[in-house]
Amino acid sequence: MDSPRTAVSNPPVQPMESNLTQRDLVRRSATSELPPPDRQLTPVAKLIDVSKCIGCKACQSACIEWNDTFPDIEENVGVYTNPHDLTENMFTLMRFTEWVNPETDNLEWLIRKDGCMHCADPGCLKACPSPGAIVQYSNGIVDFIHENCIGCGYCVKGCPFNIPRISKVDHRAYKCTLCSDRVAMGQGPACAKACPTQAIVFGTKDDMKKHADERIADLKSRGYANAGLYDPPGVGGTHVMYVLHHNDKPHIYADLPDDPKISAVIEVWKGVTKYTGLAAMGLAAAGAILHGLFGKANRVEPEDEVSAEKLVEEAEDLREGA
Amino acid sequence: MPRSNDVQPEDTIHRGPPVTVGRYGPGKRLNHWITASCLILLLLSGLSMFHPSLFFLTDLFGGGQNTRMLHPWIGVVLFLSFFIFFAQLWRANLPNRTDAQWVSQIGDVVNGHEERLPEIGKYNAGQKFIFWGMAFFIIVLIVSGIIIWEQYFGEATPIDVRRIAVLTHSVSAVLIILLFILHVYAAIWTRGTLRAMTRGSVTGGWAWRHHRKWLKELAGRGRIDPAE
Repeated sequence: MDSPRTAVSNPPVQPMESNLTQRDLVRRSATSELPPPDRQLTPVAKLIDVSKCIGCKACQSACIEWNDTFPDIEENVGVYTNPHDLTENMFTLMRFTEWVNPETDNLEWLIRKDGCMHCADPGCLKACPSPGAIVQYSNGIVDFIHENCIGCGYCVKGCPFNIPRISKVDHRAYKCTLCSDRVAMGQGPACAKACPTQAIVFGTKDDMKKHADERIADLKSRGYANAGLYDPPGVGGTHVMYVLHHNDKPHIYADLPDDPKISAVIEVWKGVTKYTGLAAMGLAAAGAILHGLFGKANRVEPEDEVSAEKLVEEAEDLREGA
Repeated sequence: MPRSNDVQPEDTIHRGPPVTVGRYGPGKRLNHWITASCLILLLLSGLSMFHPSLFFLTDLFGGGQNTRMLHPWIGVVLFLSFFIFFAQLWRANLPNRTDAQWVSQIGDVVNGHEERLPEIGKYNAGQKFIFWGMAFFIIVLIVSGIIIWEQYFGEATPIDVRRIAVLTHSVSAVLIILLFILHVYAAIWTRGTLRAMTRGSVTGGWAWRHHRKWLKELAGRGRIDPAE
């Protein structure tokens, strides 16, 4: 089996070959000619059902433990969200929102597990200038290869979800890996494995969509008419999806973008600017060199020197006369 | 005679023979080459992050991480050195009526028919264009560059501002490189110009041919060294 089908089961006991290797790359940052992969892995996805989340933060703990990160101890400022934001040491974060539903006047406590969405069309990868610092595997996982990262922060500008964080210690970008190192060995992501209510589930993207359909049908039957799947087409769909009970207004879940897409500014920067800019500079340089070699230079003539001598002499005479 | 913007303290005719004319003192020349070195280093390091086919240029700076770290600091040095230069030269680069005439006869300029042009002061319109263009783009580049200086100002501005800054920085960089190519090309095409920035002086004939008004002004004011 090329991709794990669930996060719940224990890992296979028989030895297996790591299945996320160079030959499984479909995109590689700052690399134009990437050989096509010789196989297609089954696309995977993580499905986060916000209606089943109890806000326990087991996912955060599991993430910290598996990735061996050490988020700073921060101060409690009166909200449940902790730490205050995603950091280079906290790849996933439960964002808590107290929202009053205008239709029912009920307070709804919305909890969204934030983190990398693993876009099919990743803005971070598009913006990245360093070859191989960001890669996308054929199973849909977008991963940062830290040894190639130069710390420029372009990925931050490319991302429509505000996910990557640059470490002030080693100046490299960090984010959720979708536990690529676990998935490569047949295991689901640590957060999904730890989730006590199965609000986070993992499997093939097709299976997750089917599962989402069941959940949405259930939510609709319980009065959430706008329940739906968040798999935004603006970024080609994502490999982390949400079941939202209010899918008509994703922004109420701690500013989840309603219609995320790569910023037009980034598209212009990484598109027309890059190509026409390079061409203009190359042509100008080549033209200057060619014209310099073969064109006629503007030379000072001997009579110019004579005229200058004469001018200076006359000026001297004038001064001596005065 | 009214005070002219064109004549600077070190501009002096040396009798020779042959006649030479001091154009840039040692301070200005040193500063010019500091600015020029910075610009070339910025061009190489910046281009490495501009297009993947040029990423290999990061090797010149000790890898991608070092390139990313050094590029902004070199920019700061360039900004400071250029604006010392700017403070010294801006008056001589103020536009005047002759400049419009010069631009209207750009064909004669390119074809080397300088005898058809009006007499020019210390700088012609082309040189002034490069001067002000450099000044403009250096300001745009330092401002947009600081906004996207991840290490210190990564989160100081909203994401939309940073996106616009990164695009502005790239476009301005391309334009200033085109200006730089024009500057270097013009200095080489107009033979006898480079020595103004190496030895600090030009020949009398060069001054007569290209900047006659300036030369006449120096002579008229008696800014002439005693014969050697």
